[in-house]
Amino acid sequence: MAGFFKKLLTKFSRGTRIDWDELEADLVTADIGIRRAMNIVDQLRESRGLDAENLVESTREVIRQAFPATPPSLPAPPEGYPLVILVVGVNGTGKTTSAAKLGHLLQKQGGKVLLAAADTFRAAAVEQLQSWAEKLSLPLYKGAPGQDPASVCYEAHAQAIREGCQYLICDTAGRLHTRHNLMEELSKIRRTLAKQDASAPHYTMLVVDATTGANALAQAREFHKATPLDAVIITKMDGSGKGGVAVAIMDEMQISPAFLGTGEQADDFETFNRDRYVDSLL
Amino acid sequence: MFSLLADKLDNTFRRLRGLGKISEKNIADAMRDIRLALLEADVEFGVARDFIARVKERAMGQEVLKSIKPGEQIVKIFRDEIASLLGGDAVGLDLTDPARIMVVGLNGAGKTTTSAKLALRLKNEGRRPLLVACDLVRPAAVDQLATLAEQIQVPVYKPAPGSRDVVAVAREALEWAKTQNGTVMIFDTAGRQEVDEALIDELRHLHSFLSPRETLLVVDAATGQQAVGVAQTFDRAVNVTGIVLTKLDGDARGGAALSMRSVTGKPIKFSGEGEKLDQFGPFVPGRMADRILGMGDIVGLVEHA
Ligand SMILES: Nc1nc2c(ncn2[C@@H]2O[C@H](COP(=O)(O)OP(=O)(O)OP(=O)(O)O)[C@@H](O)[C@H]2O)c(=O)[nH]1
Ligand SMILES: Nc1nc2c(ncn2[C@@H]2O[C@H](COP(=O)(O)OP(=O)(O)OP(=O)(O)O)[C@@H](O)[C@H]2O)c(=O)[nH]1
Ligand SMILES: [Mg+2]
Ligand SMILES: [Mg+2]
Repeated sequence: MAGFFKKLLTKFSRGTRIDWDELEADLVTADIGIRRAMNIVDQLRESRGLDAENLVESTREVIRQAFPATPPSLPAPPEGYPLVILVVGVNGTGKTTSAAKLGHLLQKQGGKVLLAAADTFRAAAVEQLQSWAEKLSLPLYKGAPGQDPASVCYEAHAQAIREGCQYLICDTAGRLHTRHNLMEELSKIRRTLAKQDASAPHYTMLVVDATTGANALAQAREFHKATPLDAVIITKMDGSGKGGVAVAIMDEMQISPAFLGTGEQADDFETFNRDRYVDSLL
Repeated sequence: MFSLLADKLDNTFRRLRGLGKISEKNIADAMRDIRLALLEADVEFGVARDFIARVKERAMGQEVLKSIKPGEQIVKIFRDEIASLLGGDAVGLDLTDPARIMVVGLNGAGKTTTSAKLALRLKNEGRRPLLVACDLVRPAAVDQLATLAEQIQVPVYKPAPGSRDVVAVAREALEWAKTQNGTVMIFDTAGRQEVDEALIDELRHLHSFLSPRETLLVVDAATGQQAVGVAQTFDRAVNVTGIVLTKLDGDARGGAALSMRSVTGKPIKFSGEGEKLDQFGPFVPGRMADRILGMGDIVGLVEHA
């Protein structure tokens, strides 16, 4: 541990002075974005009493303050209806895996969960969620291949209401935020879910891959337009990606991560903790 | 944000081009804008730094100072450097017998889709591809490849449910292939994070067993600063012969491509431009260079100047 701090110390110091370029490099390398990195450096440069020794902690403090002290949490299910959670994002980020992990978490906490396999487009997407559901003993509503995803969500919602479920988690197909018709499909899913409970869907989460660069912000912006986001899930935090994109999304849109994916197993799923997250950034 | 930046760069270049004499300050200003553009396009920090240093050195040199239109010269230097980083024309595949292609990469990058796309392309070229499902980890990964294989009418080897040893699966697949009359085999592998040593080791074993002609690293075009490290780690483990850049149908600027290419020297051989299996083709470096800086117009301007 001592060696680690020494390394950080020498890293950001040039003689007795602070090496600001090195700090900027580290922030950019964490995918925080060059503009935000420059802005953090400028802000720190103006503060007094900074030296190479307390620089790291001060930098972390600046970033930490951008995040809420407690992460966003799922609201309680409305009276007599399931809490409907929509999981969205671009291709391959980890939506299906995260939907299964979240279902598992809620079930462990005593919740009655139904999963909806609303990705009827990608090859074997339904089988993928089904395989998770079997492994984790989670009930699943399956769409037929090619069935309209909005109708899958509607049927699943009906079943969840009928069976008195507390949570309905809808896994949706991956789609690039630049595809207008596919984004429109998400709006349709929302409208369809609102038919049986006007307040549904209650919680929409964008799944973002931690290795994503600047594009994550564009993803968040466009998804937010099509289906207002309540929180993000940053996946693959077990890799080398630091997930600095969460800082950019938080700064611009005030949407915080709620969960982090930390592996391919069902339990590799953590509630977002800003201190731990920020400490791992640099 | 992106278009703002492109506008800014556009202005930078216009200003430079208009100048009859160039001061150090003109150059410094231009370099600052370009650096910003590169970093916002996800070009790796060190790659961007070296790039700027190189362009700056050339910009201060004789070829510019002596020219009649120094600004134009700088824009040209800049373009040349980007193009040379991305490499020349797309490089083809080595398909000499026994033609085996191993497809590797991070989780969710697009390996399975790419395996099927490649099979379709080879089939359309008159070859007889065979697909092999070597992802024993992801739920329904075998089903996914099998479904795609059926769509394009390509034979697929499906390991027995519960198989755990990829090398054993590959060995069975080679046996199976003897009955299939194929000419090229494509092995789809499980996604993994490059920092997971156990999983990288598994890949290494599979690679040394297969000795594939081609090992293609599949990378999402939206990848950020880690792209270089990812490419280096996979390359060290399984000797990557080419990169496939996926999801180029989105609006990611794709600076990762430039970074990986320049640090590892591995050619980007193909790009994926959609979820459909025919949305795939040889990588076009020139188009990518423009895209990274959102500057198709500027390049056009200079070309016609
Ligand atoms: N290492 C790691 N892998 C993950 C994590 N979350 C998901 N994955 C993997 O990422 C890959 C893609 O995950 P999926 O859940 O299929 O992603 P998706 O967003 O549903 O993909 P599409 O539906 O095709 O858009 C799979 O290999 C998962 O096992 C994580 O937190 N860590
Ligand atoms: N828009 C778009 N989507 C793509 C492209 N290539 C792959 N995809 C999608 O990206 C997602 C992940 O693709 P896969 O082929 O399953 O990725 P993978 O690398 O095999 O994933 P794992 O095996 O889980 O690591 C799927 O939704 C694909 O349809 C592309 O070029 N464009
Ligand atoms: Mg999915
Ligand atoms: Mg796959």
